[in-house]
Amino acid sequence: MNTDNPLVLGIETSCDETGVGIVRGATLLSNTIASSMDEHARYGGVVPEVAARAHLEAMTPAITSALADAGVTLDEIDAIAVTSGPGLAGALMVGVGAAKALALAIEKPIYAVNHLVGHVGADVLRAPQQESDESSEVDGGRIQYPTIALLVSGGHTSLLLVRDLVSDVELLGETIDDAAGEAFDKVARLLGLPYPGGPEIDRAAVGGNPKAIRFPRGLSLPKDHDAHRYDFSFSGLKTAVARWVEKKQDAGEEVPLADVAASFREAVVDVLITKALAACAEYGVPRLLLGGGVVANARVREVAAVRAEAAGVALRIPPLSLCTDNGAMIAALGAQLIMAGHGPSGLGFGADSTLPVTDIQVG
Amino acid sequence: MLLAIDTSAGTSVAIVDPSTRAIVIERSTPDTMRHAEVIGTLLAEALSFAGIRPSALDGVVVGMGPGPFTGLRVGIAAARTFALGAGLPLHPMVSADAVARQEALTGASDTVMVVTDARRKEVFWSLYDLSAAEPVRLDGPGLAKPDALPHSDARRVDAAEIPAAQLALAAAGLLAAGLPLASDEALYLRSPDVTMPSGIKRVTQ
Ligand SMILES: [Zn+2]
Repeated sequence: MNTDNPLVLGIETSCDETGVGIVRGATLLSNTIASSMDEHARYGGVVPEVAARAHLEAMTPAITSALADAGVTLDEIDAIAVTSGPGLAGALMVGVGAAKALALAIEKPIYAVNHLVGHVGADVLRAPQQESDESSEVDGGRIQYPTIALLVSGGHTSLLLVRDLVSDVELLGETIDDAAGEAFDKVARLLGLPYPGGPEIDRAAVGGNPKAIRFPRGLSLPKDHDAHRYDFSFSGLKTAVARWVEKKQDAGEEVPLADVAASFREAVVDVLITKALAACAEYGVPRLLLGGGVVANARVREVAAVRAEAAGVALRIPPLSLCTDNGAMIAALGAQLIMAGHGPSGLGFGADSTLPVTDIQVG
Repeated sequence: MLLAIDTSAGTSVAIVDPSTRAIVIERSTPDTMRHAEVIGTLLAEALSFAGIRPSALDGVVVGMGPGPFTGLRVGIAAARTFALGAGLPLHPMVSADAVARQEALTGASDTVMVVTDARRKEVFWSLYDLSAAEPVRLDGPGLAKPDALPHSDARRVDAAEIPAAQLALAAAGLLAAGLPLASDEALYLRSPDVTMPSGIKRVTQ
């Protein structure tokens, strides 16, 4: 196998996106994403069985499309990488089954990897024209370690300390109830806005005052410092918004939608960025990487940029197409493992919905 | 040679020779909880035992269900990507056809109702005529309460496993006779389990 610059096909099915991506070493060649989001819209959230059915139908077309976009054929592929977890079990199983059989059919090794670490791995990817371009420093250059990573989506909200992408990742904290993306969905629903909630809340918040209402910042009190310093909680925030809205309605007053949306969003963003920068300070790591679909939220990026700069922390945000769940980040992590000399996974790994972040490679 | 994969009950993988109707290898487990874990190893063992490279096979037969487990999709996904990767045609089948063929091998020539567990106090059923050289599916697959099964005059055959080798040989029979196989769609026979969101609940009393 080419271990200097391996051609890796990555498969990702941990939530509602069927992602197939192809990389050569750290160069991104293609990134095909089929989303079942529209099918979940009428339910107001991701329905695991609906997502799993959609993965099955999207899988082979996504592989074919990723190969065509990359301009490569299956016999050129050096290895297959696949998300083993964490995520929705039934959804993960489709990707695991597909990846194992594909690897056997093309007689190539398989690398089973961690979805969350994959989000971090996305940041090593460069477009083909940037590959030999020394001036790629303009986009901040290559990711450096150690780095703090804040990974926020509808499925996870995790704060990691990444000392080395392929060998040393520590979980500092995660949500103890809803993921941040779920909080956006639930608050959007109680404000009468459609799914997915992130972009809807953004739209509603235009012109709103983010300081109009002081919603609670979960797990941010001094008493939370010991047990939950880097953990997140968004279910209390959701209830606080509901209570505030009901009070207005009961009083027969109009609900100031823009102010509620802006203030809610500010509470989420504030707690995310405050905790991430606190970790940077405590661990003496002046680098912060953002990942996950919630990074698409413009306010998250704005606040992160302003506050990271004030704190002297270098902020890295991969392109949005690599922040949302995708196969290229899985391929990228697989390629990094190969280039670091790690052997392939055995064939016996499964779909592990609660795979710990310390398990960068499975099997 | 045909490779067959079925994960509608446990996990079963086989390689058969359609010209001689010989079963080269069949590797199975009745475990209904570990489809994703075992599929790779069973495939690798079958290929290794048969001493055949993937691209030297002639096709991939796959059981499309019905099956009640999330594992049903593992075999279908695996069969589809294996066929894609090895450049082989895919032959989708109704999984219960394998049970009917196995029953015919015992010498039976009557009409049988193949019944498998669908969980949630329901069963999947398919009706077969075993009087010809190869079983003919007369009705089904369907989903029913156990006490509301149709064709109560047919002899009932309960099955907990789907033998992939018989699935492959059943497919070979249909292909040789120029008969249609199943459609390339998973046979869930149930809508996804979803509850529509109810009205927004008050949090203040
Ligand atoms: Zn994710």
